[in-house]
Amino acid sequence: TSCLVVAEHDNQTIASSTLNTITAASKLGGKVSVLVLGNKCNGVSDALTKVQGVSSVVAVDHPSLEHPLAEAISPVVAELSKKENHSHIFAPASSFGKNFVPRVAALLDVNAISEITKINDADTFVRPIYAGNAICTVKSSDSFKVGTIRTTAFEKASLSGGSASVVSANDWAAPLIEKSLSETGIKWDSGEIKKSERPELTSARVIVSGGRGLKSGENFKILEELADTLGGAVGASRAAVDSGFVSNDLQIGQTGKVVAPELYIAVGISGAIQHLAGMKDSKVIVAINKDTEAPIFQVADVGYVGDLFKAVPELNDALKKAK
Amino acid sequence: MKIFVPVKRVIDYAAKIRVRPDKSGVDTNGVRMSTNPFDEIAIEEAVRLKEKGIAKEVVAITMGPKASEEVLRSSLAIGADQGVIVNTDKPLNPLSVAKLLQKLAETEKPNLIIMGKQAIDDDCNQTAQMLAGLLKWPQATFASKIEISESKDSVKVTREIDGGLETLSMKLPAIISCDLRLNEPRYAKLANIMKAKKVQLTTKTPEDLGVQLNENLKIVSVEEPAKRSGGSKVTTVDDIVASLKKHSLI
Repeated sequence: TSCLVVAEHDNQTIASSTLNTITAASKLGGKVSVLVLGNKCNGVSDALTKVQGVSSVVAVDHPSLEHPLAEAISPVVAELSKKENHSHIFAPASSFGKNFVPRVAALLDVNAISEITKINDADTFVRPIYAGNAICTVKSSDSFKVGTIRTTAFEKASLSGGSASVVSANDWAAPLIEKSLSETGIKWDSGEIKKSERPELTSARVIVSGGRGLKSGENFKILEELADTLGGAVGASRAAVDSGFVSNDLQIGQTGKVVAPELYIAVGISGAIQHLAGMKDSKVIVAINKDTEAPIFQVADVGYVGDLFKAVPELNDALKKAK
Repeated sequence: MKIFVPVKRVIDYAAKIRVRPDKSGVDTNGVRMSTNPFDEIAIEEAVRLKEKGIAKEVVAITMGPKASEEVLRSSLAIGADQGVIVNTDKPLNPLSVAKLLQKLAETEKPNLIIMGKQAIDDDCNQTAQMLAGLLKWPQATFASKIEISESKDSVKVTREIDGGLETLSMKLPAIISCDLRLNEPRYAKLANIMKAKKVQLTTKTPEDLGVQLNENLKIVSVEEPAKRSGGSKVTTVDDIVASLKKHSLI
């Protein structure tokens, strides 16, 4: 096999989701080639040459790749796969990968396989369906196996141990990008990415998550304090997002982020199916809720029935002392 | 302006999922079916554009067995003008659906296609992106805000991405996939539900459209997920700390 991994990055650093995807690609047992599409992203390409398991790095540097538009990157991924005869094309199942991977599959006239959690062999893949209420194994006879990788299902590849080199594909890729952008008439206008001192949700070791039980956005402060004591991230249920307590990018669940930290503390979250789908692979789950019957307790390793406004600050104090 | 809205009939979001004992799939016998919730958001958005006088015509399209006509009726009850079903009993993967939609779009020439970002049965999240690739149209996935320009030849879309939001401008025709926060779909009025029952639907087949269905991705098995052994309760905050210590988390 020969797998092409499309790297997620911000032109400066490799996103950790790329490292999970490289591990998934390595499971196939063949070569792993990484494609870096960006603007002034040499640092990312160079860092990827050293990642464990990477056989080669192809870089495309173009001003219009400052933001990864599906229209710009899909034709390049499809063309490179044909040129280099890759059998597999993987990208992380993040908003980056989900956006362009099916477009690549269509250009190659093959299926896409979303959110792969396990690779049985070169043709057979496992993925959750119905929000994780069923697990589906699929077998592909397509000429290219194109898929997104659920990052929480694979370890991160080590940042050292590799010795690949970078090949530039600018000469043939730039005209493809320019053609597709003019054909589709798409433009990136603006963006607002929230900068946080806390770790990113999908790679955090600890997550403290709040639901409707928090009653207001201001009350999330007690969760932030607990998260900071534990060096963790703050998440939320869909109910909390829909109630306007916190922004959508904190949402954990089937339609939000899928996480699997070492420790997940669910506070004031009842445990709707759609939320459980996003966090039930966490190693240890602690639930704090005043409703004894809340379904979250069925999946929690440690369940505390009581008032969260009392329990969370107490827990925070106790953990500070225990340190 | 003509808008296409593809809609899918799925197991209702509130129904319990039961895996068939022979692992061939999920049991749909006697299970409540309804319109994929993300597709309802798409219909709502298209109908709002019509109500604002921006769009003239909203066409709901579904694919699958005859029972899928239900979701066309629901879409008509919300305010779609026409319903089209591509009728087949064969399994349809997103690539086949995208190819069928491509053919319909090439003949009917919609200015905009709005659809749900994913179906809550197979959770694929692929069809909009595939269709955009096949048609070589611009795409904006995971939309939380849609603004059509005054000249009606372009659209500005705010998208939900990891860590925040971004805004794209696209020339029409274009494809948009909807995220949860785009709008809150209305409930259809009884009078409109009754009226929708009388609308003549258009039926086509994959053969009519000249599309060969793709069967290169086969389901090997569908199984129950591993169960978590949760359920143990503690009574004090100190007990929580003790069990975190036990799991070497602090």
